[in-house]
Amino acid sequence: MPREDVMPWLRTQFMPHIWCPGCGHGIIMHAIIRTLATLGKKPEETVLSSGIGCSSRMPGYINACTLHTTHGRSLGFATGVKLAKPELTIVNVMGDGDCSAIGGNHFIHACRRNIDITAVVMNNNIYGMTGGQASPTTPQGAFASTTPYGAIDPPFDLCNLAIGAGATFVARATIAQPQLCETLIRKGIENKGFSVVEIVTHCHTQFGRKNKRSRPIDNFNFFKDNSVMKAKADTMSAEELKGKIVIGELMHREGEEYTHRYQQLIERVRG
Amino acid sequence: MDSLAKKFSVLINKKWCKGCGLCIAICPKKVLELDSKVKCEAVRTDDCIGCRQCENICPDFAVTVKEREEDA
Amino acid sequence: MPKVDFWQGNKAIAMGGIAAGCRFFGGYPITPSTEIAEVMAEELPRLGGKFIQMEDEIAGIAATIGASLTGAKAMTATSGPGFSLKQEHLGYAYIAEIPLVAVDIMRGGPSTGLPTKVSQADVMQARWGTHGDHGTIAYAPSSIQESFELTVKAFNMAERFRQPVLIMSDEIIGHMREKIVIPDSVETVDRKRPTVAPDKFVPYLADPSDDVPPMAAFGDGYRWHVTGLTSNDWGFPTNNTEEIDKKAQRIIRKVDRFRNDIVEYQEEGTEDAEVLVVSYGCVSRSALRAVRELRAKGMKVGHLRPITLWPFPDVEIEALASKVKRILVPELNAGQMVLEVERAVHGKAEVISKPLINGELFKPAQLMAAIEEVA
Repeated sequence: MPREDVMPWLRTQFMPHIWCPGCGHGIIMHAIIRTLATLGKKPEETVLSSGIGCSSRMPGYINACTLHTTHGRSLGFATGVKLAKPELTIVNVMGDGDCSAIGGNHFIHACRRNIDITAVVMNNNIYGMTGGQASPTTPQGAFASTTPYGAIDPPFDLCNLAIGAGATFVARATIAQPQLCETLIRKGIENKGFSVVEIVTHCHTQFGRKNKRSRPIDNFNFFKDNSVMKAKADTMSAEELKGKIVIGELMHREGEEYTHRYQQLIERVRG
Repeated sequence: MDSLAKKFSVLINKKWCKGCGLCIAICPKKVLELDSKVKCEAVRTDDCIGCRQCENICPDFAVTVKEREEDA
Repeated sequence: MPKVDFWQGNKAIAMGGIAAGCRFFGGYPITPSTEIAEVMAEELPRLGGKFIQMEDEIAGIAATIGASLTGAKAMTATSGPGFSLKQEHLGYAYIAEIPLVAVDIMRGGPSTGLPTKVSQADVMQARWGTHGDHGTIAYAPSSIQESFELTVKAFNMAERFRQPVLIMSDEIIGHMREKIVIPDSVETVDRKRPTVAPDKFVPYLADPSDDVPPMAAFGDGYRWHVTGLTSNDWGFPTNNTEEIDKKAQRIIRKVDRFRNDIVEYQEEGTEDAEVLVVSYGCVSRSALRAVRELRAKGMKVGHLRPITLWPFPDVEIEALASKVKRILVPELNAGQMVLEVERAVHGKAEVISKPLINGELFKPAQLMAAIEEVA
């Protein structure tokens, strides 16, 4: 059961949640609400927004202002909420397909604007809810329902994308490091700007079943065995890093936050 | 020295537990097992060292690790 | 003391929105609507309002919806291609019952079509563009004055009915300039807010007197779930047949039952008309000129101008159909609202479509000839 201060953040009337037994999304949800409770956030001043997919079912379970939008577009909605009411805390959860395929444009522009929203991208390398189709993060050679002969597409590195597009806090963890997930999400929320926390997770039901990782623990072990902390990764060659998951804080830089900038504009032009 | 080590209870909310087995596989002390209804159960609670890896990894919020109140 | 000015139609829409209390605009540039965004970009921050040019049309309406959820009166504007892109989110706002005003300055289509030339070819799309069932409220201004006044009305209707309201203007009205009398103040309507405490709040439980649930705002102390899935009174997704039916019916009924409050139209010369002309938007300017000139020559011709395209003044046209012989419907499309006229008339009069799809507006002389031909 969650801690006492975490429990009020759960819509317990809907538990157990719909995710498959062993799905990583529940681990991430717990990390998110532990963080919000630890930070002392008020649920009625916190918005959880999402798109469409298994990941995007998360806000329905969280007892805050929750906004379940359309596929790929949650950051557009969240931008409107934040710009209209900058005092709200916004955590925007997305899946890998939701974020980087249909949502790609909104993702890069939210990064560019550096608007104070924390994007938690739950990357399980698949479109899970619709039955296991390949996504822009499905590894080359992996099997999915639309890549029955192995994926030929090169995948995105979501964190590189976010860094290139201007996000001021970018980090990655896997569900094999739940405490690190919590730490990075907290830092993301504390960052006054656009934060991207990619959490590598598993869909053992769809992806795992076709790619020799059909049990939850197979995926946990895979992530644990292949995670490399950034400091260590910086000393490794590209060859050594093949197939590895670089975790930790990848980017943290200064940048003027968007709504703050707009407020300054208002003060400048107001009669 | 054993009597100075902290003792823990591992409580499982069987309504929420889905028997996924992650906590069982992760526990360094093999405290947990699946029961006859494919729900998690703490069978060797005395071995629990309170690392809370089970609590953190449970996707269903079903595991609570509590320090046991010891008699003086 | 009302002021008199000389404004472009698009400016009048933006200023009408501001007069109605609009303090958020989310949009994207597209000819011939861009001036609305530009005016908003300039005017809103001066009033503490927020303007944002989003990365695409879809994000433009997404941001507008997000802002409305915080309690702000919010607007987006576009033309044909953007109107097509925005359909999914219009549906989202319909089902999640989120007030907003969306403007379509119609231009030649389909697709990129004619960015700088007029059409009225999106009028059916206004009703049916998004998938699924919902009620539609859409206005067609035919002057700069109306561009201002109908935008105020659109905001008030959006607040009252908790849904998108459309302004279907066109490239001619949008880009022309004309005298406007700017009122000192306008009557505004605000959405109903919840009167119960947050822990007692049932977000989509509607008052049976109007079928519209009070709307909380994010950040006002209320926690609730907003989704595009079909949901129950609690706002949570449902697969329960009764709950589905209840929601699906209510969002249609809430507009349907107040149809008489919403429908607007203007009649001229219909008391003794034998030929009726039905036209809207920019076409009505040419049509009224034609009708007036023919009446001056002694012809018994009248005009009915729908001001709301949706709900369509079908009952009113049916009543006239019993008295007239022929109804001519000139439109800058291949015949769209004429289908509504035919439906309304139930065969009581002959309905003739007069399409024009070459990017031009009918000249009054063309319409005079057309009317004489059918008389």
